Amino acid sequence: MQVKDLVEQFDLEVVAGNKGLDRQVKDGYCGDLLSEIMANAPEGSVWLTIQGHQNIVAVAVLREMAAIIIAGGQTPDQETLQKAEQEKIPILLWPHSAYKLAGRLYGLGVGNPQSD
Amino acid sequence: MSGLKKSFYIKARDFNRAGEASISVQNFLKSMNFDPGLIRRIAICGYEGEMNAVMHGGDGALSIEIDSDKLVLEISDDGYGIEDIELAMQAGFSTANDEHREMGFGAGMGLPNMKKNSDQIMVASEKGQGTQVQMIFFLNQGGQID
Repeated sequence: MQVKDLVEQFDLEVVAGNKGLDRQVKDGYCGDLLSEIMANAPEGSVWLTIQGHQNIVAVAVLREMAAIIIAGGQTPDQETLQKAEQEKIPILLWPHSAYKLAGRLYGLGVGNPQSD
Repeated sequence: MSGLKKSFYIKARDFNRAGEASISVQNFLKSMNFDPGLIRRIAICGYEGEMNAVMHGGDGALSIEIDSDKLVLEISDDGYGIEDIELAMQAGFSTANDEHREMGFGAGMGLPNMKKNSDQIMVASEKGQGTQVQMIFFLNQGGQID
């Protein structure tokens, strides 16, 4: 599954990183504490967060994530969008809670061991 | 291959460039074909150290040195230092301010993450004297692909 498949399926708004939409989605992770994400997020994750500041891009690059999904109607800073463009990390917006999208992603097989 | 060293500058309180030194190290190690798991551990340690220097340090530097049997990652800064290193190594202890916390830092996981992901860690600091953190990653059979 690629990032663009999730964009279509859940009608996510792509606000940066169009060049990374063909990245493979291998897993998912939720969280807003950057050290916790750095320590635990699996490679190839879509990361659901309410953080919109520019430091999320470096975390996504270093953890080799597939995409960042900013949930809860939060909006990313301008600097975040510029960095994401530069690093080709897609930033997607989801207007509802992270919980609701995480459940749907899991149902679709993202990060769900039973669907492997 | 021995003694090859790359250094990157870290500017204090510059959240615009924060993480760039660690990303440069990650790209450099990838270009050298090191094991992805090892690169991931170094990326975690580098980022945590770099963010500590950005948030608490004066200006600083991050360097990676490649030796025949190990990689050495060093982060040093000219900041206000650590008063009680033992306390700072404890999970959950943090001196982050409100601005840092709003950005998702300040969980007190920085130094513990660095300790967990490196084979050896040495922290040297005194109040007002800056901080030096050195981490060693030993190369075992699987550590390096070629």
